[in-house]
Amino acid sequence: MASTEALLPVTSLQDPLSESRSDQIPETRRRRPIKVHLAVYSGLLLIALYVTLIVTHDGSKAEIATESRPRMAGVSEKSNDGVWISSDDRKVEAFPWNNTILSWQRTAFHFQPEKNWMNDPNGPLFYKGWYHFFYQYNPNAAVWGDIVWGHAVSKDLIHWLYLPIAMVPDQWYDANGVWTGSATFLDDGSIVMLYTGSTDEFVQVQNLAYPEDPSDPLLLKWVKFSGNPVLVPPPGIGAKDFRDPTTAWKTSSGKWRITIGSKINRTGISLIYDTTDFKTYEKHETLLHQVPNTGMWECVDFYPVSKTQLNGLDTSVNGPDVKHVIKASMDDTRIDHYAIGTYDDSNATWVPDNPSIDVGISTGLRYDYGKYYASKTFYDQNKGRRILWGWIGESDSEAADVQKGWSSVQGIPRTVVLDTRTHKNLVQWPVEEIKSLRLSSKKFDMTIGPGTVVPVDVGSATQLDIEAEFEIKTDDLKLFFDDDSVEADNKFSCETNGGSTARGALGPFGFSVLADEGLSEQTPVYFYVTKGKHSKLNTVFCTDTSRSTLANDVVKPIYGSFVPVLKGEKLTMRILVDHSIVEGFAQGGRSCITSRVYPTKAIYGATKLFLFNNAIDATVTASFTVWQMNNAFIHPYSSDDLGVPSST
Amino acid sequence: MMMMMMMKVMMMVTVMVSEGSIIEQTCKETPDFNLCVSLLNSDPRGSSADTSGLALILIDKIKGLTTKTLNEINGLYKKRPELKRALDECSRRYKTILNADVPEAIEAISKGVPKFGEDGVIDAGVEASVCEGGFKGKSPLTSLTKSMQKISNVTRAIVRMLL
Repeated sequence: MASTEALLPVTSLQDPLSESRSDQIPETRRRRPIKVHLAVYSGLLLIALYVTLIVTHDGSKAEIATESRPRMAGVSEKSNDGVWISSDDRKVEAFPWNNTILSWQRTAFHFQPEKNWMNDPNGPLFYKGWYHFFYQYNPNAAVWGDIVWGHAVSKDLIHWLYLPIAMVPDQWYDANGVWTGSATFLDDGSIVMLYTGSTDEFVQVQNLAYPEDPSDPLLLKWVKFSGNPVLVPPPGIGAKDFRDPTTAWKTSSGKWRITIGSKINRTGISLIYDTTDFKTYEKHETLLHQVPNTGMWECVDFYPVSKTQLNGLDTSVNGPDVKHVIKASMDDTRIDHYAIGTYDDSNATWVPDNPSIDVGISTGLRYDYGKYYASKTFYDQNKGRRILWGWIGESDSEAADVQKGWSSVQGIPRTVVLDTRTHKNLVQWPVEEIKSLRLSSKKFDMTIGPGTVVPVDVGSATQLDIEAEFEIKTDDLKLFFDDDSVEADNKFSCETNGGSTARGALGPFGFSVLADEGLSEQTPVYFYVTKGKHSKLNTVFCTDTSRSTLANDVVKPIYGSFVPVLKGEKLTMRILVDHSIVEGFAQGGRSCITSRVYPTKAIYGATKLFLFNNAIDATVTASFTVWQMNNAFIHPYSSDDLGVPSST
Repeated sequence: MMMMMMMKVMMMVTVMVSEGSIIEQTCKETPDFNLCVSLLNSDPRGSSADTSGLALILIDKIKGLTTKTLNEINGLYKKRPELKRALDECSRRYKTILNADVPEAIEAISKGVPKFGEDGVIDAGVEASVCEGGFKGKSPLTSLTKSMQKISNVTRAIVRMLL
């Protein structure tokens, strides 16, 4: 395995193809000794060997490691999943979870199986009137394991129907797991599916599968190619660092091309293969792209976006009017990063527009600044959109998952386009079809002074769609700009400024969702405006889950990021609240934050919604609409569902 | 000359020791070197294991400690009946470690998707902490839960090396 080579002593086999060697053991000591000292050295060598034997034999006396720096320290600050405060000696009092509180957590309109564990979205596609969704699923437990492909269909990406399991580990080449993969439509409209199998010897390989009956719109049964695997880890790539093949795209020479993420030492890479039949492949010597120090790239995605139009593009589209996105899921940090750049079809390489925020760089762009991973897009030829799926795991303890019997949901599918105003980032937005869940609504226009919290009376507050526009009162702004004592705060971030309780001149302000009457539990979703460089206003968009629950055995991070607000734009926010998941979108989807929260009091009829303004100097006007959201009533497919019409 | 000799000896020892066993190299990068080394050395597979193998050995230790703690919990029901509620919670939490965390971690690390192993290992520490917290400072299980937290931290560090 490539990853262990850095730990082995210098005498072990180094991978001859590895591009970077991080384990440079100084050999100078061996080269410098003059002949005169050789005898002395050999003598001392024997003494040293003897000393070593003594030292290693009595393990408890080993004094060398005075500095054992826990490698997770850095990660727990950055990665959402690393923030387990209880990992140290602090005592965490158990919250008495009961079935009433736990069963409330189940979502009403996000995709999740009836029970057990789910992770990555797989092979999403539209075919013969149905949207298909496959997913990594454990049929036996509420934790990862025994992975198969779950399957569901929908006419509108919202109302899902559970279908039987699509693929199980029944071959030697996927005996240990039918893992993530992607679908490609061939020229004749037929579907091929490439997926990763974990073989009976734990090697990661790529396999080909296709529908057994193309005339079946439900694509119930799948056939695995008899010649599988079609790809095995190439020389220089670890047997367990080769997974998640992408949808293929056509090259100008008429071949199909795919990319597969991997790593070489600590460099994240994306391998390139060409094929005409999806059965035999030519591997390119060059990589689609690589970025040092980003670790293993999982679930790589590669697709074109239009520079001018707001529709999605088929994966094979190329041309002067097009940019290409590379996205990868960083195994190290559990963050999905993407970058926008230019693809060169003739040599199968891609170059980022801005190398300082290349794929996987921690300060680079993310689809989502909260809990969101293993995401995958597909081209929806039905409505000409590129749609994004993302896996949203739990942030609670596994004991709770086992007790409630399930773990993980999918984000609401989002359309993805290039931001035609900034040209530097993507814009995501929940699919239009979600509006079909909107029931009654209430419209509000409120002006809230500094330091106020106002209850928003909407009745039930566990299933909501909120669209809001904020304006900061101009008098205050002028005052702010005239105030020379205010320092430009370039290092501002949601986490480092005490979350929503910190009070600045111009923020934070926004909504507190899933709150109880006394605000003992609440999840603020908000803007925080500060003065940036050249007197321009900087806006960050945040979600603070630190007070979302009284329970302490869950992770409660503060998420967020800087969001570009262009001249003349108002501050806009959309929030989808669905029991234990909150999805926030700022500036029409320029910045998105998904959070998982587990209130113990702010549940059922006790859930409330508040509007707040914690700013010191600013008054804020909020103009917003709140919709009650219906259940999507996701259920197993039955013959009654055959006549379901598509939504317009 | 004597100083030179001494320095050479020290240099050689340092070079020899720092190029020491895989166990030592690995354990240096964990929060508890001594615990790490003693656990791994106590297993016959330790001396020939790669990083994955070392992680699996420690997960085995977690499993053993879980069983031991569950036995202790069972014994306490009779001796300390007033602690029933907290013991019930601990029993539930430790059964999660045994039935969910450990199998998940073993499968994930064996199959080369270590992040799920990391989840399981972290959770073992969380469940132990939660169990401990239920006694509100008067726990009869402190040394066992503390052990679990420590082993969980060390194991997590090693699993992260696989990412």
